[in-house]
Amino acid sequence: MQIHFVVHDEGDSVGVVVVEGLKAGTRLNGWIMDQDKMMEFDAKSDIPIGHKLAIRPIAKGDTIMKYGTDIGRAVADIGAGEHLHVHNVKTKRW
Amino acid sequence: MGLNLRDASFEGWRRENGRMGVRNHVIILPVDDLSNAAAEAVANNIKGALAIPHAYGRLQFGADLDLHFRTLIGTGTNPNVAGVIVIGIEPGWTGKIVEGIAKSGKPVEGFAIEQNGDINTIASASRAAYRLVKHASKLKKTKAPLVELWVSTKCGESDTTSGLASCPTVGNSYDKLWANGNTLVFGETSEITGGEHLVAARCKTPAIRDQFMAMFDRYQRVIEANKTNDLSDSQPTKGNIEGGLTTIEEKALGNITKIGKKCTVDGVLDKAEVPTHSGLWFMDSSSAAAEMVTLCAASGFAVHTFPTGQGNVIGNPILPVIKLTANPRTQRTMSEHIDVDVTGLLQKQMNMDEAGEALLDCILRTADGELTAAELLGHREFSLTRLYESA
Repeated sequence: MQIHFVVHDEGDSVGVVVVEGLKAGTRLNGWIMDQDKMMEFDAKSDIPIGHKLAIRPIAKGDTIMKYGTDIGRAVADIGAGEHLHVHNVKTKRW
Repeated sequence: MGLNLRDASFEGWRRENGRMGVRNHVIILPVDDLSNAAAEAVANNIKGALAIPHAYGRLQFGADLDLHFRTLIGTGTNPNVAGVIVIGIEPGWTGKIVEGIAKSGKPVEGFAIEQNGDINTIASASRAAYRLVKHASKLKKTKAPLVELWVSTKCGESDTTSGLASCPTVGNSYDKLWANGNTLVFGETSEITGGEHLVAARCKTPAIRDQFMAMFDRYQRVIEANKTNDLSDSQPTKGNIEGGLTTIEEKALGNITKIGKKCTVDGVLDKAEVPTHSGLWFMDSSSAAAEMVTLCAASGFAVHTFPTGQGNVIGNPILPVIKLTANPRTQRTMSEHIDVDVTGLLQKQMNMDEAGEALLDCILRTADGELTAAELLGHREFSLTRLYESA
């Protein structure tokens, strides 16, 4: 079975796409590494390899969790399965 | 698999100061930018001599000058170097670097250009380089246990696959090397931002934790004092963002997986300082790849591990750089730059222990003399860190 995205920890907000050419509407297999569990999801955007998708609905201002740790804040609402990157998430530092 | 590190060994060169090297370079080391042409001419005359040109060395002062000397002396002292020719525009600073390298017991000779000119300097230095290369070629390799191998790490052109897989692969090998008693280093002070509490928690003693946090806070002040925006044009880099990394915190959390899960941080180093005991060291350093790897070489490290996501191509003149990637697109498009392919981790085709052992196997092969991708492709990036403007 091909793994389309990988999540570090089950408490995280995001998964990382690990295949090339992912299109919106694709049914995705996700692997949660730390707990070694699988999850399924529908991609809502075209997402390049290495880029992230939200694995739960995120509201503007929410903290984004990855590695079970704070990696920044949402500057827009992000739907589950949507592309999450510099257009909708910013650092809390600097 | 199940590599037994206690019984693992490599064949390299035992240097005069007792350290084991894995390469046998004779280097032609300019003190300053003005001496690059003469250094390159000597290396062109004498086959097997390697010039290491660089951009600096004039009118530096204070801590910045100390770092310049420490980096050049450390480079010459590195056990991967058999002998050194130092060339400077004038005899004062040339002599200082010769004297520093000579403390290691290594053969080193210095030449100054003023009152001689390039042509006479090149002739004299070439005769000396001829003798040093002849000498180096006669040195025999000896066997040493793996514990004598100093291993450094720094990642670059990172993306999300770095934090998922290639950096944790280094972490897995670091946990094993640390338990074996090896001397290890990591650094990249600014790229710990967002994970500094995790590194602080790994420091062996409260004193080391305080030293680490002082280095981290000092670097943050440099950024705060000089920034014109949130650094989103520099950290993460454009390449990082292309690879899917969104914030410095995300990048940092991936970066620090290189120190594994078990190692403690056993000490801190200023730039180009030499470790005084075994264990894992944090070096206060730039996060720019060539600067950091140059500092690792100057601190005496003999093999470097370099995880990359989007495909950094870096090498170093004297320190073999082993590159690994977990990004299948990078492995497909840039395989000539990759020494260890860990793409299988992201499809559950290999586990982290297997990846860590594949890297350790490559470290041992490299120590035994197998050339890295960067060596084969001629990557010899040598970048000196500057602290501030010249006088």
